[in-house]
Amino acid sequence: METFAALAHGMAVAVQPMNLLYALIGVFLGTAVGVLPGIGPALTVALLLPVTYKLDPGGSLIMFAGIYYGGMYGGSTTAILINTPGESASMATALEGNKMAKAGRGGPALATSAIGSFVAGTLATIGLAFLAPWLVDFAVRFGPEDYFALMCVAFVTVSATFGDSPIRGLTSLFIGLTLGLIGIDKLTGQARLAFGIPELLDGVEVTTLAVGLFAVGEALYVASRRHHAEEKIEPVRGSLWMTRQDWKRSWKPWLRGTMFGFPIGALPAGGAEIPTFLSYSTEKRLSKHPEEFGKGAIEGVAGPEAANNASAAGTLVPLLTLGLPTSATAAMMLAGFQQYGLNPGPLLFAERPDLVWGLIASLFIANVMLLVLNLPLVGLWVKLLAIPQPWLYAGILVFATMGTIAAKPSVVELSMLAGFGVMGFLMRRFDFPIAPVVVGLILGPIAESQLRRALAISLGDPIVLLQSPMSATLLGIALIALLAPFVLKGMNRFKASED
Amino acid sequence: MTPEDASGDAQPASRHIDRAGLVIAAILAALAGVLVWDASRLPSTSMYGMGPEAMPIVVAVGLGLLAIGNLIDALRGNLPPRESADPKAVLLILGGLALLIAIIGLGGGFILATSVLFVTTSAAFGRRAVVTDFAIAIVITTLIYLAFDRLLTLSLPAGPLERLL
Repeated sequence: METFAALAHGMAVAVQPMNLLYALIGVFLGTAVGVLPGIGPALTVALLLPVTYKLDPGGSLIMFAGIYYGGMYGGSTTAILINTPGESASMATALEGNKMAKAGRGGPALATSAIGSFVAGTLATIGLAFLAPWLVDFAVRFGPEDYFALMCVAFVTVSATFGDSPIRGLTSLFIGLTLGLIGIDKLTGQARLAFGIPELLDGVEVTTLAVGLFAVGEALYVASRRHHAEEKIEPVRGSLWMTRQDWKRSWKPWLRGTMFGFPIGALPAGGAEIPTFLSYSTEKRLSKHPEEFGKGAIEGVAGPEAANNASAAGTLVPLLTLGLPTSATAAMMLAGFQQYGLNPGPLLFAERPDLVWGLIASLFIANVMLLVLNLPLVGLWVKLLAIPQPWLYAGILVFATMGTIAAKPSVVELSMLAGFGVMGFLMRRFDFPIAPVVVGLILGPIAESQLRRALAISLGDPIVLLQSPMSATLLGIALIALLAPFVLKGMNRFKASED
Repeated sequence: MTPEDASGDAQPASRHIDRAGLVIAAILAALAGVLVWDASRLPSTSMYGMGPEAMPIVVAVGLGLLAIGNLIDALRGNLPPRESADPKAVLLILGGLALLIAIIGLGGGFILATSVLFVTTSAAFGRRAVVTDFAIAIVITTLIYLAFDRLLTLSLPAGPLERLL
């Protein structure tokens, strides 16, 4: 079996003492930052990117794997203990987990979330290890037109199909695409939208955009509505351990959550919201204690948490095999690859198997470390949650600007960071989704160069996009995914007027 | 785009025309205009297929359509409800960022610049103890400076304070 050999090789890379240390640091930092309220996994990765600047690519990616999973775990701790989900995928966890914590069952809630994340993460990583080589074999036959069509699918599903408003989602995407146009055109060397500012010729840094939108924007937003809500931390009372009954009620939701999370995450459909909500509603329907839902049902934490983690591992499938990020977090991971000039995709599997398989193996190790670290250290994480809000956000902004100062200490770059902060604030205020901007910035230039390559090969004939059956099918899917929300909305209105 | 447009009117979503929505639509239309203007200056050099000016035009068309879509939403009052915002807090943080940029630009160094941002942010979140916060900020940013500049050998800009270390 090809996969086993590759995975064994990856394990050999991952268990080198230095790499184990990197994974441990990543897991620790990821949890510590992810646990802070208002910081989701994408921002965790963006904020911790400077820590990895000076490492070699292998060590840095391994640390990334730890940061990614640690950030996810930290986010669910916050959701359970203070009911502020850092991201919409933790909403279901916050719903039930916070009720459990209020009822003095915070320990079992944290435990089922940690063990569920471990189970789901491990199963999904196995899925990733087996699916990836198969998908890579498939992807090497992709022409530029197929890649372009695939990216169109990702654009549409990330922005329009699953959000509250397709118009606002697409607006976010096109702002991201516009930002992606800034800088020197790689094919002709022409400067676009640089307005004579030399710093703009290199284009907009993904990390500057993400940190500006997520960290500075979030700080501005929370400060602006500080007088509206007071956060309350629930103390972890009673036993940390799950009872027999808790285990019995948790294991099936873990497995079902994984079944929802991994495939949906692996499709270029973006976001962990759908699997977590599917899992939540399924558990509610199947539970023997449906009356407990909304009042702290353990199934409502176990299932969605597993779904969330499985889908996070699932998004690594298109990221590693096709170079296609389908969530803000995956876009940040791609930025992490790009800082070393590495482009994930079929070629990377062939050229740097040690890197890719080392990363996949590290995901297993990070998962084990999280399970061992988190429950005993829960007291430490709770202390982090207790940092007073003024210092917390002041610290977040210091760290956020430090990343930019370390990468490019220029007035222009810092002004861009502040500008993106204002943009992030306004987008939050007017309810525009943020992830499509980041995905648009990082994927826009890649989609453009694939399209131009396809058209150069066909001597400018656009029919090439429809001649490849793959590309034609994908473009059809993109079109349906684009139109579906509008049609469905129209149908809802029609129904409403009938009533 | 100034923070003032955002903090002013905070009426609940209704069937009234949403003025902030009109501003959003206008900004998108203006952005589309900038793209077209910029693309028109590019010489078309490619022999086959798309030149560098094609993609900006495609994005501009998309932005134009979305400006219309946002305009319709605004006219129908379809924007989600907004809560009132505190403009003072936003301006304090932005002021802190402006000071940080100025201090970095003038060579004041990392510790001083980020400490100022720390103090203004914590003031934006309602802290009044400026001197205490400044002392805390100096300690924290000095530790960050030492950890990243010395330990991880990232180069952070040095000013008078950093040269004392």
